Amino acid sequence: MHVVVCVKHVPDTEAQVRIRGDGRGIEESGLNFVMNYYDEHAVEEALRIKERTAGTVTVITAGPARAVEALRAALAMGADQAIHIQDAALETLDDLGVARVLAAAIAPLPHDLVLCGKLATDYNASIVGPALAEYLGLPQATAVSRLELREGSATAHREIEGAVEVLEIALPAVVTVERSINEPRYPSLPGIMKAKRTPITVRTLADLGLAPGTAGVDRRVEPLGLTPPPKRQAGRIIEGEPDVAVRELVRLLRQEAKLL
Amino acid sequence: MSTGAEDRDVWVLAEYGGGPSSGGGASLRKITYELLGKARHLAGATGGRVVAVALGTGLSGLAADLGAHGADRVVLAESQVLDRYTADAYVAVLAPLLAEARPCLLLVGSSALGRDLAPRLAARTGAGIVTDCTDVALEDGRVVATRPVMTRKAIARVAFSNEGPRIAVVLPNVVPPASADPARTAEVVSVPVSVDPAAIRTRVVEVLALKRETVPLTEADVIVAGGRGLKAAEHFALLDALAAELGGAVGASRPPVDSGWVPHDYEIGQTGKTVNPQLYVACGISGAPQHQAGMSGSRCIVAINQDPQAPIFQVASYGLVGDLFRIVPLLTEEIRRLKTAPGG
Repeated sequence: MHVVVCVKHVPDTEAQVRIRGDGRGIEESGLNFVMNYYDEHAVEEALRIKERTAGTVTVITAGPARAVEALRAALAMGADQAIHIQDAALETLDDLGVARVLAAAIAPLPHDLVLCGKLATDYNASIVGPALAEYLGLPQATAVSRLELREGSATAHREIEGAVEVLEIALPAVVTVERSINEPRYPSLPGIMKAKRTPITVRTLADLGLAPGTAGVDRRVEPLGLTPPPKRQAGRIIEGEPDVAVRELVRLLRQEAKLL
Repeated sequence: MSTGAEDRDVWVLAEYGGGPSSGGGASLRKITYELLGKARHLAGATGGRVVAVALGTGLSGLAADLGAHGADRVVLAESQVLDRYTADAYVAVLAPLLAEARPCLLLVGSSALGRDLAPRLAARTGAGIVTDCTDVALEDGRVVATRPVMTRKAIARVAFSNEGPRIAVVLPNVVPPASADPARTAEVVSVPVSVDPAAIRTRVVEVLALKRETVPLTEADVIVAGGRGLKAAEHFALLDALAAELGGAVGASRPPVDSGWVPHDYEIGQTGKTVNPQLYVACGISGAPQHQAGMSGSRCIVAINQDPQAPIFQVASYGLVGDLFRIVPLLTEEIRRLKTAPGG
């Protein structure tokens, strides 16, 4: 089975984020970037499928030069090959545009299954997975916590409000994964060495027959800027023995917060 | 805004629970009332109508409720193929409806259904899409959405293009629900559904109820959450008792999930759910940024933690420094007393 995994290089969620002076983005200098957390689970799932069924795992990213590190990390885990879509015009695309670009790169590759993380922890859009499915003309299952493959179809578990939905889905398909699907492996030392030697295929938008402004790659939403979140006022510490403090808390919740 | 009557309309995708497939009558989900509230507001600014669209079977009972909560027009697409949500069938029905009606904006709830559907619908229709919205507003003739990004360390504002359809996926519990006016009625329109069953490439085999009695976390007004300080799975019973008195749901930060004390669906934070309840009681949770990413939108936060330096106290409205194993049962008892007190 041939599995393609889309990955994104994102700021470490523990990192301090500084908004750029012009408010148009974040200050990248000194910021630690890693493979998007959910994408690690997608890579892991792909590797487990390969181990069971043979086949290949191809990782792909659309991002700036630094994003090659996410590909190297996936190769170090055991992926076979990597494609880096790198183009200054990527910065001008919205999420649908990125999905269109990924679709153009994936379409000519053998793909029985395309895996993505359920969202990227930088901009949380969770748009690329389902949009990619649409552009590739494939069915989709999102936020999947369990995936069982058969010949030509799969069973996917996805958490919905208060329940787990069990879906049967025809293959090939696009599946986005939840973190409970597996526990990603750590890269092995030989894996890291091999990752350094594996050539990475670089593609521009022109290589994919795309250009910004063409149908589907033109921007439909425009970022206006980032601001710091409203600062939550640290409230008050309620002192006293537990029984006294609890009574005071309940009084404040009723009279001040107008709750209860 | 352009001037056609239709492209001033604000559409809402109605979500409901129950229904024929579960044996009961369908009832609208909370998020739908919230979307109707936002849609009324926006339609006031655009000068258009609020149009609610519902897909499924046996939906006529929902139409009156949608009308009472602000819909001017209710579009019902009824067919057996829509009995259970699938992206393929919903997109096949909604895309041509939107293409014909050309509303200013479609509001979709950020639910399991909405997050699955909306991006695909946007890709099919060429709509601009913004997800995780905490607000959507009209500014100088543009539709502008606000959303938290970067583990809620920044707030992004995003403008929709002035051309073409727009879809905003709105987080639950961030906009006030529409209030009901039983005297309000909506014009109800049924649209024919012709979806080739062979074009539906996914099939819902079964829906397994999670072993929880309470409201889903993402819809709960009150959440009692436990962290590493709970120390063991069995101690979550303390939180169950408090949540039961408060009519809330129980959640957790990541450590209890990783330790296997509670299932993954309990997790609140960067790698779990985003919640925005009225009241969030954090018990034995230190309040790492990854946890705050999922809960700092709560209106009132109560923190109970032994460590006075815990970062959770920096965002808590009220903090109690001490032993949660003493404080939580006392709090449960105090709330029970309040509820049973005469005139309380």
